[in-house]
Amino acid sequence: MKSVSRFVLALMAGTMMGSAAYAQEAPIRIALMTDLAGPTADYGGQGGMEAIKMAVEDIGGSINGRPVEIAFIDHQNKPDIAVTKAREAYDNGTDMIINLSNSAAALGVMEIAKAKNKVVIVTGAGSSKITGDACSPNTVHFAFNAYSLSNAPVEALTRAGDDDWFLIVSDFAYGLSVEGAVTGAVDQAGGKVVGTVKHPAFMATDFSSYALQAISSGAKVIGLSNSSSDTTNSIRALKEFGLGDDQKMVAFTLLINEIHGLGIDQASGLVYATAFYWDRTEATREWSKRFYERVGKMPNMVNAGDYSGTLHYLRAVEAAGTSDADKVLEKMHEMPVNDMFAENGRVREDGMMVHDMYLVQVKTPEESKYPWDYLNVLETIPAEKAFVPLEQSECPLVAKD
Amino acid sequence: MTEIFGVPAQVLYGQLLLGLVNGSFYALLSLGLSVIFGLLNIVNFAHGTMYMVGAFLAYVLLSPLGLNYWWALALVPVLAAGIGIFIERTVLKRIYGLDNIYGLLVTFALTMIIEGVVRVYFGVSGLRYPVPQALTGMLDLGFMRLPIYRVWVIVAALGLCLLTWAIIERTRLGATLRAGTENPKLVQAFGVNVPMLVTLVFGWGVGLAAFAGVLAAPLMQLTPQIGHSIIITVFGVVVIGGMGSILGSILTGLALGLLEGVAKVYYPEASSTVIFVVMILVLLVRPHGLFGKQ
Repeated sequence: MKSVSRFVLALMAGTMMGSAAYAQEAPIRIALMTDLAGPTADYGGQGGMEAIKMAVEDIGGSINGRPVEIAFIDHQNKPDIAVTKAREAYDNGTDMIINLSNSAAALGVMEIAKAKNKVVIVTGAGSSKITGDACSPNTVHFAFNAYSLSNAPVEALTRAGDDDWFLIVSDFAYGLSVEGAVTGAVDQAGGKVVGTVKHPAFMATDFSSYALQAISSGAKVIGLSNSSSDTTNSIRALKEFGLGDDQKMVAFTLLINEIHGLGIDQASGLVYATAFYWDRTEATREWSKRFYERVGKMPNMVNAGDYSGTLHYLRAVEAAGTSDADKVLEKMHEMPVNDMFAENGRVREDGMMVHDMYLVQVKTPEESKYPWDYLNVLETIPAEKAFVPLEQSECPLVAKD
Repeated sequence: MTEIFGVPAQVLYGQLLLGLVNGSFYALLSLGLSVIFGLLNIVNFAHGTMYMVGAFLAYVLLSPLGLNYWWALALVPVLAAGIGIFIERTVLKRIYGLDNIYGLLVTFALTMIIEGVVRVYFGVSGLRYPVPQALTGMLDLGFMRLPIYRVWVIVAALGLCLLTWAIIERTRLGATLRAGTENPKLVQAFGVNVPMLVTLVFGWGVGLAAFAGVLAAPLMQLTPQIGHSIIITVFGVVVIGGMGSILGSILTGLALGLLEGVAKVYYPEASSTVIFVVMILVLLVRPHGLFGKQ
């Protein structure tokens, strides 16, 4: 009899351990998919990895007793690899994929997420299609897009009387879509585009001819409708060939890492819009210093978006009590986003997480007092003005009256 | 204001001058590529990478080691030549007897490896190398303001090109080199160490690329991709000029730089392809290039 009860006890203990083990075997799986080491690694890479880890740590490493597991996937900037690996990850139990630098990769993975009913959070790509005609109920777009980066600077400068523009345009999809957005915004604000010059994307290292044409046009503002090394090389060339004192430079896609690489004397005076500046509030400073200790550089808006997006997702899982995509997405749309990245951000029907954007200007070398002290925040662009109004949205999910 | 085909003359002159600066880089790089092909029969895809390595070596000499631009100009080509010689002795030597395509594959692999390593250490945001103090400032030419540094680039690049040409075409060493490629066995029979000559030539070619890298360093943001973007154009230049022709490379480099400059004024979208259009035309009419031998 004694031996039997012992056996029963052992059995019970065994089942209990079994169920505990079962709980641990069903983790919440999230994956950072990005360019881990390639030419756009500033949009993901090491910074993205640490940002995600920080979000998971800050929420305590587990939710409702389920541990959070993180995977890092390198899409090598190739949309086909991104799509294949996303399908593989979702099939192996991944609940959410975040970042997706490179718009083509993002649009491809969005399709997979929709087909498999999983969650995707885009932070590293800026195409307006993501929440436009290609929008998806499974996608949430954090951080920035082409509209939010181009509209505000154009509006602010034209309002201040800098109303004739010359554009240096990168001759590929993103550059042209920014050109379109800028031209529209300039017209609307009552200014005019006096000239444009197109250059091959990511192939030219010599921007002197374009700079010369821009400077000699005499336009009050020179707008850079390009990105990454094309933007920084344009800025250098404009400075080298003697940008006039009465001429301003505006960039439409710039990360703080690029200002760091250029040096503040080259970039000073440059105006652009950003979703995040590390030195803006007490909360951003505190978080950014923690980030700096781990990565060795200050976070850019994509890194901050990765953190905020992950945190928002995990909080939604917590509130929903499940990682089931439909319920989590419902919570993500319902709950406001409040963290160091966004104050009272909210996810709209088209999937855009709308939040304040900031119009910033690069400081002069004299104004900069400590490392990474690069920007003056000129004005805060309220969420409702920073993003394309819903009534103009091309997203089929937006109910039209 | 005078206009030439609807473009103000000033603008055209400015672009031509900038084209000449770019042409100097094409000349310097295609010269090295051409010399290596002529004497080693290797299509060195890693040539652009050595240009990139040159620029990054200059950066490393400056910031951790405190050696300025002029030191870099003197030391970097020697260091890079050392790397080149090491690669030639350990890797390329083994494939001389094989088809050209193997050389292309091996050097392409080297490109990927070296670029990857540089990317891991220096990132992709771009690094900045300042213009040396003595060469800052602008020249006012009336039709444009030209940074003095660009004038120096033309002078230095063309000077080195002419020096290389003179050594190969006008000295005894150069004569031995040319003979060595024509008939290595015979030259060896005269007591000349041909493999060593070949190694030295490869080192020299790599040194030229690295020199171009140092010259270019103050002109752009240094990213691991800079070699990648220029090498394709330089291949075009070499094909047009004729593989293995030294003077051909120099002249073609300059001419195509100018042509690009003109394209940038009249139809900027075509500026990146105009060289390849010329390349196709030349291949149709003279498959061995403008200056190539049959």
